[in-house]
Amino acid sequence: MNARAALPSVARLDASAFTAAQRRFGHAAVRAAEASVAARSGTHAAVPPADRIADPWGPRTPYDRGGCWPVRIDRHGVGDDEAERWVASASLLHSNGDAMDIAVRDGAIAGVRGRPHDRVNHGRLDPKDLYGWQASNSADRLTSPLVREGGRLVPTDWDTAMQRIVARSRDLLAHPGGWGRIGFYTSGQLFLEEYYVLGVLGKAGIGTPHMDGNTRLCTATAATALKASFGSDGQPGSYTDVDHCDAIALYGHNVAETQAVLWMRILDRRRGADPPALLCVDPRLTPVAREADVHLPIRAGTNVALMNALQRELIANGWIDTDWVAEHTNGFEELEAAVEPYSLDHAAQICQVPAGEIAAAAQLIGTCEHLLSTVLQGFYQSNQATAAACQVNNVHLLRGMIGRPGAGVLQMNGQPTAQNTRETGANGDLPGFRNWDNGEHIAQLARLWNVDASTVPHWAPPTHAMQIWRYAEQGSIELLWISATNPAVSLPELERIRCILRRDELFVVVQDLFLTETAALADVVLPAATWGEKTGTFTNADRTVHISDKAVDPPGEARADLDIFLDYARRMDFRDRDGEPLIAWTDPEEVFEAWKACSAGRPCDYTGLTYDRLRERGGIQWPCTAEAAEGTERLYTDGRFNTDPEVSESYGRDLTTGAAFTEDEYRAKEPGGRAFLQAAAFEPPPEAPSREFPLLLTTGRTLAHFHTRTKTGRTPELQAAAPDVWVELSLQDAQRLRIADGDIVRVRSPRGAIEGPARVVGNRPGVVFVPFHYGYWDTGEDACEDSNGHARAANELTITAWDPVSYQPMFKVAAVDVRKAA
Amino acid sequence: MHLGHYLRLLHTAQTNLAGGFRAVAEGHADEADVFHLAGKLAAQCDRHAEQLAPHAGRYENPAGDEPDALHSDIFRGPRSGALGLLRDLQDLYVMAAEVDIVWTLVGQAAQGARDDDLFSVVRDCEHETAIQLKWLRTRLKQAAPQALVVA
Repeated sequence: MNARAALPSVARLDASAFTAAQRRFGHAAVRAAEASVAARSGTHAAVPPADRIADPWGPRTPYDRGGCWPVRIDRHGVGDDEAERWVASASLLHSNGDAMDIAVRDGAIAGVRGRPHDRVNHGRLDPKDLYGWQASNSADRLTSPLVREGGRLVPTDWDTAMQRIVARSRDLLAHPGGWGRIGFYTSGQLFLEEYYVLGVLGKAGIGTPHMDGNTRLCTATAATALKASFGSDGQPGSYTDVDHCDAIALYGHNVAETQAVLWMRILDRRRGADPPALLCVDPRLTPVAREADVHLPIRAGTNVALMNALQRELIANGWIDTDWVAEHTNGFEELEAAVEPYSLDHAAQICQVPAGEIAAAAQLIGTCEHLLSTVLQGFYQSNQATAAACQVNNVHLLRGMIGRPGAGVLQMNGQPTAQNTRETGANGDLPGFRNWDNGEHIAQLARLWNVDASTVPHWAPPTHAMQIWRYAEQGSIELLWISATNPAVSLPELERIRCILRRDELFVVVQDLFLTETAALADVVLPAATWGEKTGTFTNADRTVHISDKAVDPPGEARADLDIFLDYARRMDFRDRDGEPLIAWTDPEEVFEAWKACSAGRPCDYTGLTYDRLRERGGIQWPCTAEAAEGTERLYTDGRFNTDPEVSESYGRDLTTGAAFTEDEYRAKEPGGRAFLQAAAFEPPPEAPSREFPLLLTTGRTLAHFHTRTKTGRTPELQAAAPDVWVELSLQDAQRLRIADGDIVRVRSPRGAIEGPARVVGNRPGVVFVPFHYGYWDTGEDACEDSNGHARAANELTITAWDPVSYQPMFKVAAVDVRKAA
Repeated sequence: MHLGHYLRLLHTAQTNLAGGFRAVAEGHADEADVFHLAGKLAAQCDRHAEQLAPHAGRYENPAGDEPDALHSDIFRGPRSGALGLLRDLQDLYVMAAEVDIVWTLVGQAAQGARDDDLFSVVRDCEHETAIQLKWLRTRLKQAAPQALVVA
């Protein structure tokens, strides 16, 4: 039987038609149709290559609370027998870490299939992964290094390109304070080994604190909130908490589009017996909001007010575990006092949602027995990011719901390897979650690398990305090395970023797969290998480590990012204290072994992992040690946190200003393994709507694309699914502005303006949404030209402002004006 | 009874500090964090001054009995550039430190005067001043190596 033809019609509806069907017929009708899909496909089904653009989450495979999520194998490209070989990997187009095999035929990648026995995805794949592998085979891959000659980028050989970088580096380092003239801006898409080498060459070779990832834009608040609440980074929960919970609260987390496979898991629980209740906090009517039992479309930038009201309700109704709070937390009295002013009515006024809905949300999270909370950009990229994310941790601490099956927090990541940037110290932290202000932690690194402790910069926290860009703007950073990311589309206020990259005095190195908008402005462009073309490991948002093996050769002269960094270290001739090469590694496995030594005894302990074990077993969660050889499903199962001063990653920060507390002040709190209940008052966002700019812009993601579309925009199915930018307006705003669906509108902020077709949707009034993925590489506009043609990227509009604690930029609160384009 | 003098001096010091924060916010608007936070802290200083005002009115200020002027008008900025930012924040630090110790003294006096209302204002505000100092120290420590050794 043709299985695709057997699918009932609802499975082939596209997402918007699907939600329309839900509106018309109610959830019950849709669920009945889905259940029928599940019945026909059965468990352990290999799903045929259906159109997963029309049906992004595929057919349902319901399961009951406490049950095992059924396997469903998703695949695209050649069949099992048509491939010459299959190579183990995992997804590099989102943070979920879905395990897959890469098919190789005729020396090229020819398809993918989900790995059925991996803990993360049970065979399923995100539509981005099903189709996105084709991008690696694009004809416009960079195949040789480029250098700028007479204002133009021209092809050259590796020796010439690397020699230019080395000559400039040596020249800068020859003068006092040379370390401060070199900065690195890396990614959330490289492998652990690559970040670690970068971390070592930056901190022990050059001795610069100026290194961060674009993970600053996506995941910095997750790390900072985990440190503030629990003493160190490290995801407390596990994806398997979905299997056991009776309530899920999603805070600013459009999981249906950002982590489609996790959403499949949640939907499958929702369609089984004893399904979890669902709370969604999001100003937009996302697929998650449509599915939710309670949806709070709060005004952008008011998360802390809402969270304070929810906590006040928990306390007032006795929905807290008083004994657990007394034994395992610190700061309850301050928190109780801080949330007291946030009555339901007061919060309703600030957040502009009905008080009764907030009460319903409080009841949902207050009366369940196993609560799973997830948090993403709606909190991280908004006003008071760290304070708001900490309040979600507080809910779990107040209820004593952490470290048990079904009771957990997932402070999510945006990018696939963001976790590794954080672990290895390539993102504005020190390797192994070490504390820059703890002398013993610095001494450990100095011993490990055999360098003087003074070599490792630790007079202040490593420089955060927005400050690195500011130093480049002012001219004190003169060499900026950008690896695997595209700031000319992803950073706020793009005209400013382009101006910085164009500065004659700034030497810009870009290492990427394609001639991105950023690479077009570089002085040296290095062609890099990508996923499937190199070997390494990476870790997803629930601490699951996967190996991704090399399947095919990179095109032309493109090289693995690891080899590029190792080549630079060799040419720079960095030496340790005994005059031996600082970086003598030659392949990824050697670096992985070195990283294991760095991680030993720290919360992210990898010492029990090997390449062979990862190949054999698939994904394993850290910490993985001799004692916990199978990995660790959940952290803090004994209610003891990483807050001892000897262990903690930070001595604490003030949530309003980011002011750092001293070691003495931290010790005075006698944390002793107890978690911190962090309290914060609501403060209005830095930019409020005005007469001239009466609406609030929020940027975000769509299911078909990742980041700035360097890969997904080169994938036929994904590009066709979402070919160009659009502007979402609420029905009320559209009517008032006399804008019809499809009209071309102009969105203007104090920073710039863009144009795109309007989509009139059910988002809360006053909210304008623009996906941030779209830049200029496929519009024919020359990024090097000063022009007024930059009218597509959402970040032309966004504000240069960031959270004072996590330094994560605010992409969710820019005041804008919208009108029909002339 | 010299508490009246001190309350007026503290009021002036808070107003001057607010002006300093505001000038730094505007003068260094290209430093986005300084712009937003210094603006916020200026408003915080204004609120402190507002809370003090009614209490200052309650205590007499004997003529010709002014203590030495406080150094709360030390701010000479805003200056420009990375070094200018360092100097400006350093000025604010000295001003905030003076405010900080004066809050302590006024708090002591409020207890001596058995003035619970004033003491409660002190307790609300002195914590915020302490955080302002901490933020200035944190930001200065971060900026100093680049401004003094690199730039």
